[in-house]
Amino acid sequence: MTAVTVSSRFTQNRASARRVVRSILSSKSATVGFGLVILQIILAIFAPVLTPYNPTTNDAMSALADPSGAHLLGADALGRDILTRTLYGGQYALTVSFAATVITVALGSLIAGIAAFRGGIVDEVITRVLDSILAIPAILSLLVIVTVFGSGQWVIVFAAVVVYTGGVTRVVRAAILDVLSKDFITAARARGEGMFSILLREVFPNVLDVILVEFAMRASWIVLLISSLSFLGFGANPPTPDWGLMVAENRNLMAIAPLSTVAPIVALATLIVGLNLAADGLAKSFGIDRMKEVLG
Amino acid sequence: MTLLIARRVALSVVTVLLATVLVFTAIQLLPGDAATQILGQNATPDAVATLRGQLGLDQPAIARFFSWLGGALHGDFGTSLVSHQSVGAEVGRALVNTSLLAVITIVVGITLALVLGMVAGLLRDKWPDVAISTIALVGMSVPEFVVATVLVLLFSITIPFFPAVVVAGQNATIAELLPSVTLPAVALIFVLSAYIIRMMRTSVIDVSDSEFVRTAVLKGNSLGRIVFKHILPSAMLPTLNVIAMNVAWLVGGVVVVESIFNYPGIGTLMIQSVQTRDLPVILLITVLSAVVFVVCNLLADLISIALNPRLRHSRSAR
Repeated sequence: MTAVTVSSRFTQNRASARRVVRSILSSKSATVGFGLVILQIILAIFAPVLTPYNPTTNDAMSALADPSGAHLLGADALGRDILTRTLYGGQYALTVSFAATVITVALGSLIAGIAAFRGGIVDEVITRVLDSILAIPAILSLLVIVTVFGSGQWVIVFAAVVVYTGGVTRVVRAAILDVLSKDFITAARARGEGMFSILLREVFPNVLDVILVEFAMRASWIVLLISSLSFLGFGANPPTPDWGLMVAENRNLMAIAPLSTVAPIVALATLIVGLNLAADGLAKSFGIDRMKEVLG
Repeated sequence: MTLLIARRVALSVVTVLLATVLVFTAIQLLPGDAATQILGQNATPDAVATLRGQLGLDQPAIARFFSWLGGALHGDFGTSLVSHQSVGAEVGRALVNTSLLAVITIVVGITLALVLGMVAGLLRDKWPDVAISTIALVGMSVPEFVVATVLVLLFSITIPFFPAVVVAGQNATIAELLPSVTLPAVALIFVLSAYIIRMMRTSVIDVSDSEFVRTAVLKGNSLGRIVFKHILPSAMLPTLNVIAMNVAWLVGGVVVVESIFNYPGIGTLMIQSVQTRDLPVILLITVLSAVVFVVCNLLADLISIALNPRLRHSRSAR
């Protein structure tokens, strides 16, 4: 009996996965969104092949060079190729924000599962503490964390997790509460399954849509947050090729070498626009109200 | 209903208190304290110990927290460990400057966002909607520092009309600050309105499709009456929470934008105080931002309850 229900649920999942892919491809903006994100991933992976320069090697001879055959977008004040730094900046932004988003969404969903499943005082305490974390402005938590642990990419990942886990928990918890009232959960409880077994096998597969949309949306916020921190001087350390840091380094030279500021801005904006459109596309094909997710 | 509101207010107070405890605890983890920061690296251990005693840093953390809390409840937030001024006065001055920026941003931003969102929703898929939705998407997708940098590039370098950087210090009067508010405010409005425009557009579309609006149309009401009497009130309701959320988020945006334009407000002060470990100043800023967050959410809840009779029973509201 159990085997039958499990297998039917999996085939159903596979069918709905195909339906989601089709509905994303049928929407122009969602296709553009996923296309932009995939393009950024490809550019980041192949950065070493695409450019002959090193992103952190100074070259005094080509300092502030105008765009030319040698430097397609010119070079910055230290003679580093701007296109190279922008491409490698994608590597940095994508790896750090991917790590941060995976941990944030996984941890947030797990806490949400425990809070919703246990209910009562456990739920109340978790909700209160997370609400208080949400009430501290993100930027203040970040500044404090960075001052405690120093800057560096793992500190930034940790900071993003602290700031955004509460929001994920709030949204996923609401979705899980809906699922927990269903009959198949009562059946699983009656069979004597434990909390983690029920969460993993019955609950999470049924809120996967919400979790995926959360993932795309949090990813866009986390990219935004990480670059803002670097811009303020609390994130990546020079000479890391980070987009936020590049804008901060080069914005005083905007009148002389505008491309040194414009290139990282364009790269950053296309990545976040891509993630936003992807989140919209996912939400629409799952029939989820994305603005409700924002409120979490 | 009174019970429901009382419960919300009580929970809000708990939230503010917990947020303060969290930040206080986190600051305890910072390497070095204000004494080592003030005296620098070459200070003798004796000098550091003496200064710690003077600043009260030799007390246990819990005792310090409760003595701070006791003072705070009487409106005494202590003295800054760095400038030796009253924290209330120091933060108050910055708060006035930030309020000027925030009030302009909120009033102009929300009005603009609601109007644009409504226009986009009413003219769904026509060119004004496409234009407005694209602007909103860009607003959601570019960080404040990018908007601010582009604005500086556009206005201060190519068209030198608005000052790119505020030259007035912490003690500038409002009249001196007013011309420099423009660019920071524009940057904040752009980011603030994005989500509000989207939400307003979505809910205007939802409401326009509903049966009571169709009835109003079929009854031959004028377009203005349909829009302002029927669509607008219902569409506002779900938008309120998004507005509250974005106003609370404004605190973060203010920090970034103030630091770019060197605007002498709460954000600049916050960055300075974290760098100098000036705990009393950080704590008061935390309390203020947590209060802003909680009050925004509370107001949104209360207005929703007032506008929507269905929420008046505590069972459905939770």
